[in-house]
Amino acid sequence: MSSNTSLWSDAIYRLTRNRAAMIGGSTLILLILAAVAAPWIAPYSYSYQDLDLGASPPSVEHILGTDVLGRDLLSRILYGARVSLLVGFVATGVALVIGVSWGIVAGFFGGKVDSVMMRIVDILYGLPFIIFVILLMVIFGSNLWLLFGAIGAVEWLTMSRIVRGQVIGLKNQEFVLAAKAMGVSNFSMFRRHLLPNILGPIAVYATLTIPQVMLLESFLSFLGLGIQPPMSSWGTLIKDGVESMEEYSWLLVYPGLTFTITLFALNFFGDGLRDALDPKTTDS
Amino acid sequence: MAVPVILAVATMTFFLVKLAPGGPFDSEKAVSPQVLKNLNEVYNLDASQWEQYTDYMSGLLQGDFGPSFKYPGRSVTEMIGIGLPITFELALYAILIAVIIGVLAGVLAALKRNTLLDFIPMAIAMIGICVPTFLMGPLLVLIFGIQLEWLPVSGWGQLAGDKILPSVTLGFAYAAYIARLSRGGMLEVLNQDFIRTARAKGLTEIMVVTKHAMQGGLIPVVSFLGPAVAGLLAGSFVVETIFQIPGLGRFYVEAALNRDYTMILGTTIFFSAMIVFFNLLSDLAALWLNPRSRDV
Repeated sequence: MSSNTSLWSDAIYRLTRNRAAMIGGSTLILLILAAVAAPWIAPYSYSYQDLDLGASPPSVEHILGTDVLGRDLLSRILYGARVSLLVGFVATGVALVIGVSWGIVAGFFGGKVDSVMMRIVDILYGLPFIIFVILLMVIFGSNLWLLFGAIGAVEWLTMSRIVRGQVIGLKNQEFVLAAKAMGVSNFSMFRRHLLPNILGPIAVYATLTIPQVMLLESFLSFLGLGIQPPMSSWGTLIKDGVESMEEYSWLLVYPGLTFTITLFALNFFGDGLRDALDPKTTDS
Repeated sequence: MAVPVILAVATMTFFLVKLAPGGPFDSEKAVSPQVLKNLNEVYNLDASQWEQYTDYMSGLLQGDFGPSFKYPGRSVTEMIGIGLPITFELALYAILIAVIIGVLAGVLAALKRNTLLDFIPMAIAMIGICVPTFLMGPLLVLIFGIQLEWLPVSGWGQLAGDKILPSVTLGFAYAAYIARLSRGGMLEVLNQDFIRTARAKGLTEIMVVTKHAMQGGLIPVVSFLGPAVAGLLAGSFVVETIFQIPGLGRFYVEAALNRDYTMILGTTIFFSAMIVFFNLLSDLAALWLNPRSRDV
């Protein structure tokens, strides 16, 4: 390998050699494109009902069949992908912002600040957060923005620990000391000097958080506490599928399959990214 | 540490629930102001917030979680008393299945590393981790309950074998995690010097594995079991809903859907206390198994 290979091009090289990660990554890109393009590529509107048809098994007109109200399942899965992926990415973003800021501040200032902040994280770790998300949804009613916030607010803990560890490793290195000596303000220290150096682990952990967030969303929607009709996510589709699976098993099988494939893709891509960016850590 | 955390959770939950828009009797059909006033009096809702809070907390200390707003005449403590044994039994079977299958598969995979006995269980474990419980349950029902008609599809303790599917559904994901953890832990231990010494002494392979390797190799599994209780609870919400089991998880979901605030408040505090307790227990167990961490 040439001597001027940067961390990132090195990582991309390793990532492209990892077949499972590449398959996962391409599946994800396809899914995201399909979700974005849903209004144009979906054969029907997600709310269009053909009541005379009712629930029909997969056929030429409806590739994946229709649900009890005669709505095209493929279209509903495509539109559901928009909600599920949106929750996955936005809530992970929320978790990212909280976790990274918390971890940088705790790690950089150290001492009392650090021990108080990390103590809080330890305590929060021990709490039943799923129950708190449910509590929030019950008290304030379930709307999409609250869902983003609530899920994001419970998924940031591990991120803050990872970031803190990284920052502690960095803060005594010469370039940080030099920047400090030059009187760089704390904020630009975080933004210009620390953040770029910990992007790798952040990217890895963010990719691995997305499937957890999507699981949490679909778990809530499955219980009837998440996304509310007429909107639909994969969680609500699975819930509907379960209700009618005795007669119409395809209503459970196809949404379930889509969801599982997505989770697999995200996990494989995340694992690949971790191996590529940090060859030292192994699967635990 | 545990007691202040539980108190803080109880306080936070109490005031969060008080923030909820509307009173607990709003959704009922129209009631006359006099009835409403009496209701508020009976449930002590006309007292000041602070008074209600101190009342509730002193009740808590005596194990009284207050009345349920949606099931008149029934207290939250009673509901917990009815639901808990069932949920506990379900969780116990699930964790037994998870530990037995998970440890067996993980230890075997570590011993037969890079053979089919390693790859196949680990591939199944990956499926167990990626397929969520709320999908696994219905799929198992579809296959074993509806297509093959081997097992009942719902209920708890009414038909022969109706406890099998819920327990397996709940335990499967944990079996997968435990298999991965015990494989990793065993691989680490098996390379250490004391294992080589044990083998050099001429101990049988079974003795080496069960007596020497597993004690250290399974510490990650023990540390995992405490936090797993939180996941088991969430899993019981799903499993009890799918299989219509009258346990605490189902009560909780129903309370959430019906906005039965006192029931939610009580069960949330109860769940939190349980989770904090089990985390403590698994920390202590892991400490006891690992002599090196005792003096840290």
